[in-house]
Amino acid sequence: MNKTSRKMAAAPWCFLTPYIVLTSVFFIYPFLNAIWLAFHQTNGPRSAVFVGLSNFRFVLGDPDFYKAVKNTTIFAVVSVLIQLPLSLGLALLLNTGKSRVRNLFRLILFSPHLVGQIFVGILFSVIFTPRFGLFNRGLQSLVGWGLDERWLSSPGLVMPALIIVSLWMYVGFNMIYFLAALQNVDETLVEAARVDGANRFQVFWHITLPQIKPVAIFVVVMSTIGSYQLFELPYSLLGGFGPNNAGLTIVGYLYTNAFESGDLGTGAAIGWLLALIIFTVSSIQIKIVGTE
Amino acid sequence: MTLLLFAGLYMILRWVYPRDAEIAGACLRYILLGCAAFLVLSPFVWLVSSAFKDKDVLMQYSFLPPISEWSTRTINLDNFRTLLNGEDSVVGKVYFWEYVVNSLFLASAATSINLFFTSMGGYALSKYTFRGKKVIMAFMAGSMMFPGMLFLAPIYRMIFSFGWMDSYMALLVPGACSVFGMFLFRQSMVAVPDSLIEAARIDGASEFGIYYRIVMPLVRPMTGAFCLITFLGNWNNFIGPQIYLQTQSKLTLPVVLNQYIGVYTQQYGVFLAGTLLAIIPPAILFFALQREFVAGLSSGAVKG
Repeated sequence: MNKTSRKMAAAPWCFLTPYIVLTSVFFIYPFLNAIWLAFHQTNGPRSAVFVGLSNFRFVLGDPDFYKAVKNTTIFAVVSVLIQLPLSLGLALLLNTGKSRVRNLFRLILFSPHLVGQIFVGILFSVIFTPRFGLFNRGLQSLVGWGLDERWLSSPGLVMPALIIVSLWMYVGFNMIYFLAALQNVDETLVEAARVDGANRFQVFWHITLPQIKPVAIFVVVMSTIGSYQLFELPYSLLGGFGPNNAGLTIVGYLYTNAFESGDLGTGAAIGWLLALIIFTVSSIQIKIVGTE
Repeated sequence: MTLLLFAGLYMILRWVYPRDAEIAGACLRYILLGCAAFLVLSPFVWLVSSAFKDKDVLMQYSFLPPISEWSTRTINLDNFRTLLNGEDSVVGKVYFWEYVVNSLFLASAATSINLFFTSMGGYALSKYTFRGKKVIMAFMAGSMMFPGMLFLAPIYRMIFSFGWMDSYMALLVPGACSVFGMFLFRQSMVAVPDSLIEAARIDGASEFGIYYRIVMPLVRPMTGAFCLITFLGNWNNFIGPQIYLQTQSKLTLPVVLNQYIGVYTQQYGVFLAGTLLAIIPPAILFFALQREFVAGLSSGAVKG
């Protein structure tokens, strides 16, 4: 082996050294430690006593956990179902026309995504003020209802409020993916279908939709995974988890147990349950859309 | 009901332009887009006007008061003054600008370190063939499937045993190399022609020199997109600073503003002014890098 090729063989490993070191210390070790920790009870970061399955037994017997799973699932399903057609619709509206107009609207519609969830929560905690908040006033003048609704303190309205805020944050973000996909749709196919007498809807359904399907699947799966990790938005919007824990999410439940009660073992157990839920949901989604 | 409204609007437009369905369609398109833009922008406009309104009129008007009512009694800098005045804590007086500096420092430092490590990793995976490459990439893809929250409790214990509690090390080190970013860089670096790299090698360039002087300048758009994503992620990070930092003067903006909701319960204007200040730096960065950002995002989605 001459000098150059030895250098060549060593180079990729040198470039990968930071990744390998960091992933060993901050991924592989914590991964194994999370398994170990889930079977121990801790009180703060130092102590740990083996307790077998009792962390899981505690979580699975805790009504708050089921409440968190239910809330998070409702949030994920409803917000993704509303987001998807809105994002796709806006992308379709932007797909034709001048590119300068497209860039301007893309910039505007994307802008909420720059604001972190905590800041969005703070912002909307005032926007939802009964009688005086921007949302309540806007709703009153648009549909004649809602001026006095207490969005953030009546249990039944907390989830709709969270979903509305999430739409504001993510519709424009997902639209960017759809827009990119639509720009890559094969124009000759669309033209051919037009010439053969297909109307706009038929072209969309039979030509455009199949071509953007991979991106749509990507968006659905990523949004669902993201929704299942919701925490910061309700935490700052509701200043906690809301009335009757109506805004408690799985990660919120993990945060409370691990860092407010100091039981890191239970935190690790909830982490595993969360990973399990996310795996199950995303593999079901991929299976459903992937079979055709 | 809204749908009916738009259908009616479309009929009216068709009546105004009986010949030209295209023009009617375009008008409707812009009206719909305008509505969407209005809904998206109104919270921002509301935030700016609330930050400058006096607390006596904060709730009186949706946005700014009518021009006839404008005076220093209705529109002034009181909120900012209260905010910037500083507050007492165990470690003495802490000023709001200190949190801004902390956030700026943390987000920029994290972005620089991350860019360096991540792009090197991406380069190794794009332009070399070596034993174990497939294994590493499969491992990377697998590791992305686990939610970050799973690692929160074990990493917290590690940070504690390293003595990094209340230190910025806890926020800078664990996430210093992004797997997602390595895939992004790999993807754009694959497109760099091999002949360019060969030529540099024959001219005697070192392997690091090729990466640093030849490949990195060619993937500028991806670098821009990656920097923006990383900066935003760190700027908006809440849970990390919230669990690791304790000293008031070390805190970052998300943690502090979340505290302020409880501190300034009756003075919304103060924490709204703070929120306004907190979203200005990412906005500036976004306007500077938005072309790269959209290009980077789209290529990732379409090919990935």
